[in-house]
Amino acid sequence: MENNTRNIPIEKFKFAHRNDLLHDSKFETKPVSYFQGAFKRFSKNKGAVVGGVVIAVLVLFAILAPFFTPFRPAYYDMVYAYVYPKLDVFAENDIPFWDGCKTKSTNKIGYLKDVALAAETGREVIKNNEVEISEDGSVYTYRYDTYYGVGFGKYKTISLQEFQDIQEYQLRTGRQVLYPVVKFSERPTMEKNKYDANIYYEVKNKKKSTLEPKLDDEGNIIPNYWRYEDGKASSTIPEYNSLRIEGEDGIQEDGKTYYYAYGRKVDGGVEVRAEYYEYYTYQHTEVKKDGIAEPSFIFGTTQTGKDIFACLAYGARFSFVFATIVALANFIVGVIWGSISGYCGGKIDLCMERFAEILGSVPSMIVITLLKYHMGATSQTLVLFIAFFATGWIGMAGRTRMQFYRFKNQEYVLAARTLGARDSRIMFKHILPNGLGTIVTSVALVIPSMIYSETSLSYLGIINLEAGDTTSVGTLIAAGQQSIMADAAYVALFPCLFLILLMLSFNLFGNGLRDAFNPSLRGTED
Amino acid sequence: MYMFKYVSKRLGLMLLTFSIIFTMCFVLIKLLPIPTTALPGQDQEVVMKTLEGRGWITNIKEGSNGVWSYDRVPIMLQFGNYLSRIFTKGDFGIATTYGEYLNMDLWEVFVNHLPPTILINIYSTLIGVPIGLALGIIAALKKNKWQDQVINIIIILLISFPSIVLALLIQYVFCFKLGWFPLTMSVSNEYFTWPVFRSMLPAVFALCLGSIAGYARYTRAELSEVLTGEFMLLARTKGLTKRQAIYRHAMRNSMVVIFPSILSEFVSVLSGSLIIEKMFGINGVGGLYLNSITFQDYDFFMLLSGFYTLVSLTAGIVIDISYGFIDPRIRMGAK
Repeated sequence: MENNTRNIPIEKFKFAHRNDLLHDSKFETKPVSYFQGAFKRFSKNKGAVVGGVVIAVLVLFAILAPFFTPFRPAYYDMVYAYVYPKLDVFAENDIPFWDGCKTKSTNKIGYLKDVALAAETGREVIKNNEVEISEDGSVYTYRYDTYYGVGFGKYKTISLQEFQDIQEYQLRTGRQVLYPVVKFSERPTMEKNKYDANIYYEVKNKKKSTLEPKLDDEGNIIPNYWRYEDGKASSTIPEYNSLRIEGEDGIQEDGKTYYYAYGRKVDGGVEVRAEYYEYYTYQHTEVKKDGIAEPSFIFGTTQTGKDIFACLAYGARFSFVFATIVALANFIVGVIWGSISGYCGGKIDLCMERFAEILGSVPSMIVITLLKYHMGATSQTLVLFIAFFATGWIGMAGRTRMQFYRFKNQEYVLAARTLGARDSRIMFKHILPNGLGTIVTSVALVIPSMIYSETSLSYLGIINLEAGDTTSVGTLIAAGQQSIMADAAYVALFPCLFLILLMLSFNLFGNGLRDAFNPSLRGTED
Repeated sequence: MYMFKYVSKRLGLMLLTFSIIFTMCFVLIKLLPIPTTALPGQDQEVVMKTLEGRGWITNIKEGSNGVWSYDRVPIMLQFGNYLSRIFTKGDFGIATTYGEYLNMDLWEVFVNHLPPTILINIYSTLIGVPIGLALGIIAALKKNKWQDQVINIIIILLISFPSIVLALLIQYVFCFKLGWFPLTMSVSNEYFTWPVFRSMLPAVFALCLGSIAGYARYTRAELSEVLTGEFMLLARTKGLTKRQAIYRHAMRNSMVVIFPSILSEFVSVLSGSLIIEKMFGINGVGGLYLNSITFQDYDFFMLLSGFYTLVSLTAGIVIDISYGFIDPRIRMGAK
């Protein structure tokens, strides 16, 4: 060693930087903050972005859809129960899909009934009049319009005043609501057929349960209207001077003029045969004035005639708002609890942890049931809120506590404390922002699970949110399950689709968010 | 020794938690008005006497107008009565408002409803665990190849499809459209005959799909992490074939994490799934619980709440304790 230095002459030594001091060169790149990096990583993850977009669409649907539909969850119409989904665009352009029609296979009598209905109302009960008849002629298959197929429903008893109003409406708009009635003594004898307003024709055997229409020589239905001679109306026929069915301006027979009766006076008003499609329109545009024009349900109706679109939209809105509020409440309480527990440590931590642990091990079903027993009289929404809140914040607290344990012994915290920062400042200014990413992600992930819990509780019938304009997707799914037996799977389809989309997109979105907020993945994407 | 100490400590804590929850439940239930109205066909006097006999009320008197008056026994005294009956006679009370089981011994009714719930869950575990593990193992071994991607998509779909939707789909496709199975489970008590077994199958499938996805995901994550471990490299360098290395080293190590969750699943088969039970009309504990809520049969509710709490607590500590037994590296509670 010594030898070496001795051998090097002194003039060979030079100052490396004699004149200028050593400086770190300035970074040419822009600084990337934690959140910028997270955003960058997030937007690189295609699945997460798609998930985010789908969530946005669902949220928009939940917010906007209630404004665009005149229907409300409280609305129901038993006559239009199990009416198929109908998009007007599809129905008008004859696209055999989503047009309110279903494929119906029936025997000849069933087919004739629909033909009779179509002949009377002039509507396409059988779509495009296309029928497929099986080879032995026993099965008729055709696309059956569930809206027009309702026909007249039962005979309807309305007040004399309404009878006049409808006539006035008919004259004003030219739309025929009332059709001639069948004389009471000539109706089928069985109770269920007696008031069936769809049977306006002569039948082969009045006493049978299934009525077969009588046909004339050309194979046409023979109407069996109640008619009276001009000027000799029976006292039970109310006065009628409005639209008459096509071709009936008084029938000339044997030099006498006959008219059809458009109603029958009964106790409490007039019994009429009203075509339900028109009567519905009349009811909603003239009487209720609730913005509903013609019956047209985008997603169809349930067993009880509720509009699925409105129920889904309001249910989704409730779910989102509710889940967000609960998540927020959980977040606030959980973060405060977890911060204190994690920051203080020791005995305080132990006590707080034990408390949370015991509370957390009560099965949530039991919490909800107990709350329901005690506050059943008040709002069910409140019960649900308290139940979700009571156990929901614990997870958030645990996560915050972990973050505090991670950061509280780091040097910068020590530095802050040395500089005299108060505890609260260290907790909320120095430690919390570092753990915030992870905590916020868990909030995002908790929302779908909350919506799912709420849905399944409503499905199970433990919580019944059905009140006024509130409803739940779970109630709709329960209705959908019953409809499977009635071969109306579409009832369950839309709420299920909503749930699937929600879960899938939140899963993708949440995973993306979690990876994005994980700083150890920084730079791996380049 | 520390293992014994740890286990007994955990068990003690569990019992403490359980008794706190149970007491709280009891007190909250007893704060509610006592259901004294007689059901149709029930004698009011019998109802009152029954309540007195069970130790909930005292000093019953019939007023002149047929209205009964009574004093409530203090809640803690009621709790004492309740516990002493349970411990001395194994008597959990009788159904008071649950119409179907009126005046029947609760414990008996409960035990009669256990088999369907347990059987369905056992079948589903027996199907779900092997398939889930197999899928996970395949995905981990073929990581980033097409097999892995297909399995991954299946897992994501199964996890994202809420079980309610999945069950409905199964019911619609297999029970209604194809008609392979009855829509709901048959009510017969002969659980091991083919017709009853067949009627259970849709529920079993609905249940096991979720656990398949869970196990597959878990196994894939664990195994692929173990496979990248350095000891695997060592195993290969010392001359083991890939198969030997995977079987003897990778699998065993990944099972350390997976096995406890299988164990705890076996514990929680007892509690079952309320949604599946309702959807497939299974006459199990879940249905009993839902009905006891509707009928407000408080004794029933107490018994079933206690049961559910116990099951979930046990499942929790089984995971923790089995970690210690399976993995020699983990010495919980050791100083």
